[in-house]
Amino acid sequence: MGIEEKLPAGFLLTTVEQVAGYMRKSSVWPATFGLACCAIEMMAVGTPDYDIARFGMERFSATPRQADLMIVAGRVSQKMAPVVRQVYDQMPEPKWVISMGVCASSGGMFNNYAIVQGVDHIIPVDVYLPGCPPRPEMLLNAILTLHEQIQGSKLGVNRVAAARAAEEAAMRATPTHQMTGLLAEGAGSLRVAAGQQAPHDHTVSHAGSHHHHGGVA
Amino acid sequence: MPEQKKGGFFSDLFAPVGGFGVTFATMFRKLETEEYPEEKRPTQPRFHGRHQLNRHPDGLEKCVGCELCAWACPADAILVEGADNTDDARFSPGERYGRVYQINYLRCIFCGLCIEACPTRALTMTNFYELADNNRGDLIFTKEQLLAPLQEGMLTPPHPMVDGMEERDYYQGKVSKATPEQERWVSEHQAEPEDGLAWTGDPVEGVDTLAGGRQATRDTDKAVKR
Repeated sequence: MGIEEKLPAGFLLTTVEQVAGYMRKSSVWPATFGLACCAIEMMAVGTPDYDIARFGMERFSATPRQADLMIVAGRVSQKMAPVVRQVYDQMPEPKWVISMGVCASSGGMFNNYAIVQGVDHIIPVDVYLPGCPPRPEMLLNAILTLHEQIQGSKLGVNRVAAARAAEEAAMRATPTHQMTGLLAEGAGSLRVAAGQQAPHDHTVSHAGSHHHHGGVA
Repeated sequence: MPEQKKGGFFSDLFAPVGGFGVTFATMFRKLETEEYPEEKRPTQPRFHGRHQLNRHPDGLEKCVGCELCAWACPADAILVEGADNTDDARFSPGERYGRVYQINYLRCIFCGLCIEACPTRALTMTNFYELADNNRGDLIFTKEQLLAPLQEGMLTPPHPMVDGMEERDYYQGKVSKATPEQERWVSEHQAEPEDGLAWTGDPVEGVDTLAGGRQATRDTDKAVKR
């Protein structure tokens, strides 16, 4: 973005990263993006009782153009999805997203055609926060988790290197459709044991229920 | 229009800075804000927080793998797979135990219907609520994370029931702690020293499906976010 992105790697850039991280994490301005009941708890965080301003979040920005943090508070319906994306796109870099509550994080109990099953289908999420709705302390905890992330974020060449490392790790990771969860293992474990097959090897003959990912309920 | 009341000389003089008086006085008022990360206000005692899988007083698990919690769950957040206890590997009194137990905290709405459904009081809720994480995989809690830590007098399963006791005696409160026979069995059969962690091996032909399965659950989301 600015001159800090042009610096070569090394001591200078690391120092700038530290300073920039500290500055950024201390002045994150959230965008008001309450979609449902979680918004009530988000508003409670703004009250003097919890006082989000203690973390440099002086006010909830009514325009995305002055916001750094999007707290997606509530279930995202299919119809709202393009709006969420547009508001996210209107925010200036650097920007972060907290997915507040189970509905925003994964669809929660609304596993149906009307609700997007996790806002990370639309926008990249930095912190997932469970709870239905999460109590204000939980949101503060998520914000502090995000602060740690922001403090450790990279700039310039280091950022490019980190992105490349992340991409390589993603390429190496087992694709979801190849993962054997415990649910699939239940029927297959005996045969796996007999054949001494590696659990991720999908050439095993008992492929019937093999590709299901048992972990995600 | 009535004429504005004229103040005295001093009230006119201090009027511009009068507002600071309010600011100054506020410094002596009681602070109402909860200083969250430093001082946590305790929740209500029955607050619905993270789940916990309880143990009998000798360390055996209370979960019998009946899946009633999973059936009761309106958000479909719980995955349970039961398995048979054997004489070599007994995790709970009675026939069955929960071999796989996972709760997806990104689905769980903390309604407590699973607690109501649990016939053995194996599943209860704690007051713990700091659950935020940066990926979806880590918020699926597995059995090792959910199991209650070992208390005084408890032994890590698997181990046999207390001598002369049957399943019903456990629920009638006749078991108070692990017996010397159980301790001997554990020292003979469990190779690894106790470190308070649950035994993660699998009774099926020594294949470590529990640990392997958990890794399969985890690997994906760890790597990359965007």
